[in-house]
Amino acid sequence: MYTGYDKLIFEVSREGRKAYSLPKCDVEEVELDKLIPSEFLNDKDLDLPEVSEVDVVRHYTQLSTKNYGVDSGFYPLGSCTMKYNPKINEDMASLPGFSKIHPYQPTETVQGALELMYELEQSLAEIAGMERMTLQPAAGAHGELVGLMVIKAYHEKRGDTKRTKIIVPDSAHGTNPASAAVAGFDIVEVKSNKSGAVDLEDLKSVLNDEIAGLMLTNPSTLGLFETNMKQIADLVHEAGGLLYYDGANMNAIMGIVRPGDMGFDVLHYNIHKTFSTPHGGGGPGSGPVGVRKDLVEFLPTPLVEKEEDKYVLNYDMPNSIGKIKSFYGHFGMMVRAYTYILSNGPGLKEASQKAVLNANYLMNKLKEKYYLPIDQVCKHEFVLGGLNKEILGISTLDVAKRMLDYRYHPPTVYFPLIVSEAMMIEPTETESVETLDKFVEVMNKIADEAKENPELLKNAPHDTPVRRIDEAKAARNLVLKWEKNN
Amino acid sequence: MHRYIPNTDADAKKMLEAIGANSIDDVFKDIPKELILDRELNVDGPYSEMEIINRMCKLSNKNKNTNDLTCFLGAGAYDHYIPSIVKHLAGRSEFYTAYTPYQPEISQGTLQAIFEYQTMMSNLTGMDVTNASMYDGATACAEAAMMAADKKKRKSIVVSETVNPETRKVLKAYMKLHNIEIVEVPMEGGVTDLEKLKSAVSKETAGVIVQYPNFFGIVEDMSEIEKVTHENKALFINYVDPIALGILKSPGELGADIVVGEGQSLGSELNYGGPYLGFFATTSKLVRKIPGRVVGQSEDVDGKRAFVLTLQAREQHIRRYKATSNICSNQGLVALMASIYLTTLGKKGIREIAMQNVQKAHYAFKELTKSGKFKPMFDKPFFNEFALTSDIESSKVNEELLNHNILGGYELGKEYSQLENGLLVCVTEKRTKEEIDKLAKVMEVI
Repeated sequence: MYTGYDKLIFEVSREGRKAYSLPKCDVEEVELDKLIPSEFLNDKDLDLPEVSEVDVVRHYTQLSTKNYGVDSGFYPLGSCTMKYNPKINEDMASLPGFSKIHPYQPTETVQGALELMYELEQSLAEIAGMERMTLQPAAGAHGELVGLMVIKAYHEKRGDTKRTKIIVPDSAHGTNPASAAVAGFDIVEVKSNKSGAVDLEDLKSVLNDEIAGLMLTNPSTLGLFETNMKQIADLVHEAGGLLYYDGANMNAIMGIVRPGDMGFDVLHYNIHKTFSTPHGGGGPGSGPVGVRKDLVEFLPTPLVEKEEDKYVLNYDMPNSIGKIKSFYGHFGMMVRAYTYILSNGPGLKEASQKAVLNANYLMNKLKEKYYLPIDQVCKHEFVLGGLNKEILGISTLDVAKRMLDYRYHPPTVYFPLIVSEAMMIEPTETESVETLDKFVEVMNKIADEAKENPELLKNAPHDTPVRRIDEAKAARNLVLKWEKNN
Repeated sequence: MHRYIPNTDADAKKMLEAIGANSIDDVFKDIPKELILDRELNVDGPYSEMEIINRMCKLSNKNKNTNDLTCFLGAGAYDHYIPSIVKHLAGRSEFYTAYTPYQPEISQGTLQAIFEYQTMMSNLTGMDVTNASMYDGATACAEAAMMAADKKKRKSIVVSETVNPETRKVLKAYMKLHNIEIVEVPMEGGVTDLEKLKSAVSKETAGVIVQYPNFFGIVEDMSEIEKVTHENKALFINYVDPIALGILKSPGELGADIVVGEGQSLGSELNYGGPYLGFFATTSKLVRKIPGRVVGQSEDVDGKRAFVLTLQAREQHIRRYKATSNICSNQGLVALMASIYLTTLGKKGIREIAMQNVQKAHYAFKELTKSGKFKPMFDKPFFNEFALTSDIESSKVNEELLNHNILGGYELGKEYSQLENGLLVCVTEKRTKEEIDKLAKVMEVI
């Protein structure tokens, strides 16, 4: 429970307190400057807190009460797939046999870890319809970068060095163009048509022999399936480009349709979305990348291979893009994702079905009082354009902030950019119909409030640990660390 | 019915009716038939919780962990002590089941914890600002190089051969994307060859990367390197071990422009290589070029202190292809763990941990080199790792150690052809005199 606690740990600090205990050093001690020359040594005190163990526990427990997680309540944050994070996943990841192993241990002492990685790769490749996966990328955006590096390496190996451009739809996640830029590509934007799908004519006009590939999310960021998928794939392939699948929206289609079967050549997953690993308040994520058969040679090293009944790390990949992260990726997240897959099996399909059903149900209920720009069957999420137009002067931000007072995490707002006043809502399959009905009730109540008492929304939130924050001040007058007297 | 999915078939039926659909297939009618998967997914499961525990325990028992083996292996991932409260507090689900703090009013827990992390890491490194985290030390280093190239509008990065080989590989893969040249400076006697460094750094150099303590555990003299770097108006980039900063001069004092490193030592398990914690600190001058997320202090409409993601104009969701980096999710929870760790150890504890590392490593060094069978590879001051050599192949040494349930050192010959038979031994505060003595005894008779 939030109690109004507002201290920084540095303000709790009192000289001489401590929260740790270490055994006495049991080897003979030598004066430090006899071991390391004094000019390399720090002669000042470290500027860190001095607190007791109880102080630390109370401090962070109090901080946690100022936070909102999936366990706290409904979290319909579009494109982020905030589904329930099973507790068993956490328990499995902390088994000492998984958590207390060193990345450079001899492979014969980590056969269980390698087997898990191998099996997880097989499952992920099956769900994606891809030949192989690298588990190395640390997050979705990192996966995008790796996938684009693979595309680059593919064209380079063929001597097709003119291909320096990547096509990104105007509805894409911001990471798509940013990753393409980091990968050293120029970006060409392709327009969406009225129903949010890729405009085929515009696509044709930008395709040429300088295009390395197209990045696509399907379902799109509007939550709609690209019905022209086959034409898009054919067009890009005929032009000599590759098709990249942004797996952020994978929760809509598990076991129903596979990116590989849609014509995609490369994809990344967001394990922390689709496969239930927690987002940790901003990571760690995990973004495995899958590829079709002739692109396997370009994946980062190492891959886990099975040789008879033994698992090995294969570094012998001369055409690999190299290493893009230390060691093998976020192994701890892999354990969680593998646990999740085991608990579902082929029933992952039901997860996607129920996620899509929940989204359609919610969309149909909410369109009464909110503006739904594209009224057709959606997939795992849908995008509203704010309140119905007769209510003037109340922005999507106001609605979102008012939702905080009702103890909901608001949807993703002002994205995608192609819908004004956008509210992107993704309920996921782990919410009950009662939760959805209650949410609709509150959303409708907020819509009524907008008419009757607009100030209530404009000044929201009223009942949160802090109220609306001056973001401009934060950026103008940068305070990025605590200093005495600031 | 699956336990994670509340809606029953009866619920689904009612919901379908409410939206005017006949069956679940109706909500997928927009997907062209020829694309639909016409079979069940070939994945293992579903299993009950008990079955999963059995399977996973079997799998994890196939691994030998650092409770079974006495760990003298480091080389970028370290077996340090983790106070019990780190896991308990980071395990509060309000922290770990939250997304990135896009709604600051209900994310003050995460935001304040990051702000405190930024403060502690800035103080430890002696820098002005630290970002909210990067994927790991290696990618943080690559981002630092990209930032230097961008800031200086130069296309060359100089890196010492004494920087972690894994980190240099990641650096190489990233730099290739922007046609940034990497000039590797060879080592001499376990440290960066100063003469070769001087001739490698020029007015074309955007940044110079050195590790502190370096990959061999050696505390290199940074003063000359810093001088050469700044004379050429390049950025001085330090890749550091945060635990060593408990006793060593901070990179800020040494004149660093960017400090990056691997923060796994700060409260994270070994986890077979991840998730770990990349940290990234720099000077106020460079703050607007920093990659990733940054938390700033502000106030709410009532004038109450509040924290918020700031400088977002650099980031991908605003700037798209013009962003300073594509990073989005980072290592939020691991940064929280580092905060809790640093708070728990605090002013005295980090120093005491660092001291015990130095003392125990030097005791081990003395014991292992006593008879002359294993010789020091270098003669330089070191922190908690040191390199030994002998007439015996290092893999043979490690095999024999493993027979005695000891996880031996890193085999240097794998990455440094000139250091064949070299073994990099790591001794943290967790190793006892008894364990070190046993190591010495076993090695003596190999």
